[in-house]
Amino acid sequence: MHTETLSHDMENFQHEDSGSKIIFGFWIYIMSDCVLFASIFATYAVLHNNTFGGPPAKELFSMPYVLTETFILLTSSFTYGLAMLAMHKMNKKQVISWLFITFLLGASFLVMELKEFSQLINEGNAWDRSGFLSAFFTLVGTHGLHVASGLLWMTILILQVIFRGVNPTTIVKLTCLSLFWHFLDIVWIFVFTIVYLMGAI
Amino acid sequence: MTSHHNNAVDTYGSGHGTYKSYIIGFILSILLTILPYLIVVNHLFVHNYIIISIVILGIIQLLVQLIFFLHLSSESKPRWNLLAFLFTILVVAILVIGAIWIMNNLDYNMMH
Repeated sequence: MHTETLSHDMENFQHEDSGSKIIFGFWIYIMSDCVLFASIFATYAVLHNNTFGGPPAKELFSMPYVLTETFILLTSSFTYGLAMLAMHKMNKKQVISWLFITFLLGASFLVMELKEFSQLINEGNAWDRSGFLSAFFTLVGTHGLHVASGLLWMTILILQVIFRGVNPTTIVKLTCLSLFWHFLDIVWIFVFTIVYLMGAI
Repeated sequence: MTSHHNNAVDTYGSGHGTYKSYIIGFILSILLTILPYLIVVNHLFVHNYIIISIVILGIIQLLVQLIFFLHLSSESKPRWNLLAFLFTILVVAILVIGAIWIMNNLDYNMMH
């Protein structure tokens, strides 16, 4: 009996240990993603004046529209935080509903971004128009791609929590996605400041 | 069992927030979005001061998100996440400043 508890404790201990290792490993991945975004931001900084006779940033973007996008993403980051708090209380129902709200906010952000893209392309300002627009579409598009993969991941995770509940495995996954989601929010703050705000001056 | 479970939740990851910290973080991040937006849209200062002020507000926004959403400040020791993050900042700074420096220099040499 005694050995049984001991081995059970050992198992738990090892599980916990591998959980925090997974989360740390995921954090390292996010740090490498920072370097990817830094390279694209540097490219944008170098190319943002090369409009090749095309429209500059100032004439292209609608500021209230971008502000709305930013609010939606910030709110989704907040609601994911609430999902994490529900997770710490082991409240399965709340975790699922906050994740679902976060998903809806993330999806509306993505739809707004795609709408902006299609409008730019329809006006003849696609990525082939100028160096500035190539850099713009690469930067904002890469962020959008990350949001899209985050949404896919969130869908799978919602299903996992529905079927398996809040257990050590889903806790590790929820924590990893929370890091990813807050990270995307931070990247967007930089996009908002450097591309949209500085472009509008 | 329940206490053990709670314990397991606590040790995973790098510290976690409370309702209060998330709400404070959310309100601050909204304010730090509206403020630079108003400065830019209403042209509150001269050109250079606008750039400096929105860069400073952007950095404050970054810190707010790191502390209140990613909980980097309440991480348990040893602070590997923070250490990895600081190293990344160094790499990113070399990358971005270096790229802009080199390309501006190239641009200058091509024009003169």
